[in-house]
Amino acid sequence: MSQKAKAESLVSKGRKARPGQMRPKVDPSLRALLEKYPAERSNLIPLLQVVQEKTGWLTNEAMAAIADYLRVPPSLIYGVATFYAQFYLTPQGKHRVKVCQGTACHVRGSQAIMDQLSSKLGIPPGGTTSDLLFSLERVACFGSCALAPVMVLDGKVHGRVTIKKAEKIVEGVE
Amino acid sequence: MKFEQLQARAQKAWQEVVSPQIPLIRMGMATCGRAAGGQELLQAFQEELAKNKVQAQFSEVGCLGLCYAEPMAEIILPGRPGVLFAKLTPAKMKKIGEDYLVHGKIVGDSALAVMGPARNGTPAFTDLPMVKGQQRTALRNCGIIDPTNLDHYLAREGYDGLRRALSMKPEQVIEEVKTSGLRGRGGAGFPTGQKWEFCRKATGTPKYLICNADEGDPGAFMDRSVLESDPHSVLEGMALAAYAIGAEHGYIYCRAEYPLALERLDLAIRQATEHNLLGDNILGSGFNLHLKIKMGAGAFVCGEETALMASIEGRRGMPRTRPPFPANQGLFGKPTTINNVETLANLPPILAKGGAWYAGFGTEKSKGTKTFALAGKVDRTGLIEVPMGITLKEIVFDIGGGSPIGKKIKAVQTGGPSGGCIPAELFDLPVDYERLAAVGSIMGSGGMVVLDENTCMVDVARYFLEFTKNESCGKCAPCRLGTRQMHEILTDICAGRGRPGDIELLEEIGAAVRKGSLCALGGTAPNPVLTTIQHYRHEYEQHIQDQRCFAGVCKALITYSINAETCNGCRVCATNCPQHAITGEKKQPHALNVELCIKCGICYEMCKFDAVVRQ
Repeated sequence: MSQKAKAESLVSKGRKARPGQMRPKVDPSLRALLEKYPAERSNLIPLLQVVQEKTGWLTNEAMAAIADYLRVPPSLIYGVATFYAQFYLTPQGKHRVKVCQGTACHVRGSQAIMDQLSSKLGIPPGGTTSDLLFSLERVACFGSCALAPVMVLDGKVHGRVTIKKAEKIVEGVE
Repeated sequence: MKFEQLQARAQKAWQEVVSPQIPLIRMGMATCGRAAGGQELLQAFQEELAKNKVQAQFSEVGCLGLCYAEPMAEIILPGRPGVLFAKLTPAKMKKIGEDYLVHGKIVGDSALAVMGPARNGTPAFTDLPMVKGQQRTALRNCGIIDPTNLDHYLAREGYDGLRRALSMKPEQVIEEVKTSGLRGRGGAGFPTGQKWEFCRKATGTPKYLICNADEGDPGAFMDRSVLESDPHSVLEGMALAAYAIGAEHGYIYCRAEYPLALERLDLAIRQATEHNLLGDNILGSGFNLHLKIKMGAGAFVCGEETALMASIEGRRGMPRTRPPFPANQGLFGKPTTINNVETLANLPPILAKGGAWYAGFGTEKSKGTKTFALAGKVDRTGLIEVPMGITLKEIVFDIGGGSPIGKKIKAVQTGGPSGGCIPAELFDLPVDYERLAAVGSIMGSGGMVVLDENTCMVDVARYFLEFTKNESCGKCAPCRLGTRQMHEILTDICAGRGRPGDIELLEEIGAAVRKGSLCALGGTAPNPVLTTIQHYRHEYEQHIQDQRCFAGVCKALITYSINAETCNGCRVCATNCPQHAITGEKKQPHALNVELCIKCGICYEMCKFDAVVRQ
């Protein structure tokens, strides 16, 4: 087996094998998105970012499409996607709850906030509720340490959070 | 437009800020201000003023560094210096609108400071305890200018340094920076001028310049603040560095967790290009520079220069061995210089005022000023810039104001996960690169987290090892396995499963990880453990031998109970207990069921009568 085919078979585990079909079918809108960037290896991370921004997470199909576009083995795409914390390989909730676990937040009690949110939403840090409404995430640092502890809901930063306040913030969304 | 015309236009625009025709309200809108609710406040205030037909104009500024006082607004009335109002709430803002904006009166102590001489009991901004003693170079414009307005930057000597540099030879620019004594502000402290010289002399084209804005240290936010509050100073610094080393292409590698910084950088690059301060033939000098932003993807190790370059190239961000050094073989195999945001922001004034001016601050080996992100258990949290050589005591107590709730300060943690804890007994230590290293910590990028008596040092060490364990890229075994082992031992100790010999084992593994790791992530990862063992060995012993955590942090080693004598039965703890573990009638002493208690500590925090006992 050639190196390329080997790499491909590794990634495609869990997908149905499609004998004789090496080039993946690519959704035209996805293709259009990819083509905004020159097909250079150095654009791999920007491509993953823009695709994830559109679909919320990285499907196997999307990663295969990027591999095809950049003419590199899918294993390489998979390797990069799994290396960086920003990329999700499973579907994410409609609302993203991120609790900062930076040093300043930690010493000001962010763990208790995380524990409370975790038990309230019924998911561990890194998990997503089964109705795909919430994802709960730990983030190393948002750089808003002076307002610790900090949490972020859908991109909005909330400072000086308490357990009660955190619950209210989450209750405030549909 | 010629530069002189541009400057004239900028001066005019700046005059409208300093002495406006109609009242001007400037709101602190960096991430801190926004997190504290600045946006909602501004909107409500605008509506209120419109309703009452009060004429006023609004603008945004970045971060003044007094994050503890956010949300903050400066109000400039025609013919008067600006007045800074802090810790605003909608009600407070409304009252200030009536009192100061309409009647010109500062009522009581509602104002924090005057941006000029003290007036009627309101202190001058420069006399505030947090500001006095600061020397703002990299932060010179932060919170003063509107970061989206190029004119504001230009009016405050912006791009003067670049203009002067372009009339010099690149080698002379390097000499000037060498004279300044500036050392890399990202943490390692390598002399900037020397770094440039290596790259200047390296053969191979094209050359690249990279701005490292991947500020990953938890507890550090200097770079974010500069990027959000004064992006042009970073761009000007990049232009200077690129000119010195002979690069025409530059990258800014900024972390994705800083969306506002990315937005501001993008705008600033477009503005600078439009006005011929970037792009081709900059200011008619024949020098070209094209900048691109690369957004990070969430990997702490990418702050390491070779890993960062791998990430820009579209690979997994894993460090490689050096040599070859980036100055010879860096990005895409070409000579590359990587400078940190703060280093770059220091350059424009150095070139405008001369290296000797900058070298006038600081200590013998560490020149100039350094920014610190002051956070944790300290009263005045925020961003400061002080001359090197200032003592930790001055930073924590004079500038930071000590503990907000009268607790005993135990230590400061500097340098994030690569640094260590410096105990309060050593607070007379002057801060510079060498002296921090001598006590086992590092300067790092400048995060400074203050720890008090309610901080458990074993837990702090465990926290950092959890971080480095997660962020280890996995390339070399000492770091990948060593950090995991150390984290497991520390977790055991915190959970009451510590064994005799654990401390010695931690020291042994720590020494091996430090010695055997390829990059600085692993090389410095044991620091938080080794420094806490060095200075707080007794806390480790208490955890292992006595099964006690006197700071009251490690859940397995503490219990909560209610003191029936001090409890007055107010029911606050009982209604707030998520486990319903507290029972008792109103006005009767309550009881806590230890079986149900999850030790979340809410009752302890809530009780106003110190009736909840933590042991």
